[in-house]
Amino acid sequence: MTTAARRIDPHQHTVPAGGGLNMKQVRADFPILQQTVHGKPLVYLDNAATSQKPRVVIDAIVRYYEGTNANIHRGVHFLAEKATEEYEAARLTVQEFINAAHSREIIFVRGATEGINLVAQTFGRANIQSGDEVLITAMEHHSNIVPWQILCDEKRAKLRVAPINDEGELLLEEFANLLGPRTKLAAVTHVSNALGTIDPLKRMVELAHSRNVPVLVDGAQAVPHMKVDVQALDCDFYTFSGHKVYGPTGIGVLYGKAVLLQAMPPYQGGGDMISSVTFDKTIYNKLPYKFEAGTPDIAGVIGLGAALAYVNGLGIENIGAHEHDLLVYATEALSAIPGVRVIGTAKEKAAVVSFVIEGIHPHDIGTILDQEGIAIRTGHHCSQPIMERFGIPATARASFAVYNTRQEVDALLRGIGKVREVFA
Amino acid sequence: MSDLRDLYQDVILEHSKTPRNYRELPAANHKAEGFNPLCGDRFTVYVTLDGDAIRDVSFQGSGCAISKASASMMTQSVKGKTTAEAEKIFGRFHEMVTGHAPANQDESELGKLAVFSGVSEFPVRVKCATLAWHTLHAALEGTQDSVSTE
Repeated sequence: MTTAARRIDPHQHTVPAGGGLNMKQVRADFPILQQTVHGKPLVYLDNAATSQKPRVVIDAIVRYYEGTNANIHRGVHFLAEKATEEYEAARLTVQEFINAAHSREIIFVRGATEGINLVAQTFGRANIQSGDEVLITAMEHHSNIVPWQILCDEKRAKLRVAPINDEGELLLEEFANLLGPRTKLAAVTHVSNALGTIDPLKRMVELAHSRNVPVLVDGAQAVPHMKVDVQALDCDFYTFSGHKVYGPTGIGVLYGKAVLLQAMPPYQGGGDMISSVTFDKTIYNKLPYKFEAGTPDIAGVIGLGAALAYVNGLGIENIGAHEHDLLVYATEALSAIPGVRVIGTAKEKAAVVSFVIEGIHPHDIGTILDQEGIAIRTGHHCSQPIMERFGIPATARASFAVYNTRQEVDALLRGIGKVREVFA
Repeated sequence: MSDLRDLYQDVILEHSKTPRNYRELPAANHKAEGFNPLCGDRFTVYVTLDGDAIRDVSFQGSGCAISKASASMMTQSVKGKTTAEAEKIFGRFHEMVTGHAPANQDESELGKLAVFSGVSEFPVRVKCATLAWHTLHAALEGTQDSVSTE
């Protein structure tokens, strides 16, 4: 357990009887929420872009720099040992959080984007040859499209895309049909950032494995909202970003099955990823260090550990249930407003509501809401192919986190009233 | 809401709803496409140049209220002008929306375009207000590549 983890008292946050959350306490945990924007209380509904940070995460980072800072895995002195201990404790927190079988299967990266690029440049380059195929879905973030395009261009391989229906749900049969004899990898999102759709991941992994195709999962939008168990999913790679799950920016996780990671060539060369170097030959370090070249973001890793401990303290099921309530409440209210259309109406959804208002561009919606202190995302959400699929240039997107409330959804609705007033 | 009304002036809202010169120009001899990848705004500007004179100018595409109104009012303000005059108006317009206009600047020179002065209070919207102008500039230069305000 990290020091940060020990500092979390779960009873401080949860109401044991109802299993719900003490919202007053939760909101007080996030210093940034106390401010006003343009004279209005901040209503932060851009959590799919990045979540805010609780005090315990900020404190863990400050504590590290004030009392622990040293380089890891090499010093014999007190601080080096302490830093290494806290860094590796965070790895165990991550392992437990996603239920990986071994801590050596947890590799620290900059974020989900780097996790995907790492797999593309190592596993991908080693295993995908001319004429082979990589299968993705129509609802990937650009970060799970472009690394594969780069690889496919280099290898003259083919990128195949499994389509979605008008609700924004994957067509599972088409996905199965696209798993062919040349498919070397399926790279799929767990939750769509633009639509909120939760993919039927377990079934997708089964289908892929029945054809001996390994599966990489982009879990950036899933980990903050639901229990992820990589062993139950049986996926081969799973990656997520720390900053979307209340942790710092610049740190993320790539999980990979040890047997695959061991066979993969290293990603970057440098210090820490070697066990011995001569000018003739270098022997790479064991897992996970083989993939962690150079001094990592030690404070970030410790901050991420604190963030996951915070989530554990609240209970991911409690968080998911609270956000689901907001999702249902917001979806019903928005759908009832004339001229508003919700984009992404899958049966299984996480805390994302994308919408358009007839005759009003999302960018104008965003500016007017901002004047009301309400932060939403407007644009294509790094998912231009999805916008094309729905025949729209952009959407407005409200996305929820544990600290959001129904009152904030009401503020959003009032803000949309203002938008309609301006454009009346 | 006063700030908001500075940005969304009635003239701007009216132009965004019924943009002028919103059509393809079959006789155009200059044309360029402008794209704002952040918000997905995309316009094509058509120009019929007669020597140095802008005989006709039009646009098509999709974008937010600011970008569409700006494109609409741009076509009105540069029609019949020389390319040098159009570029000069763009320069003045750019200074105004970025808040870099000299203190003694006479905004009446910009005519109706002065309604966009509120944009300077909304820095992220500058690229919306200038997208059509950048595209016009590219069209006049004869650049065939699409321009981007990113």
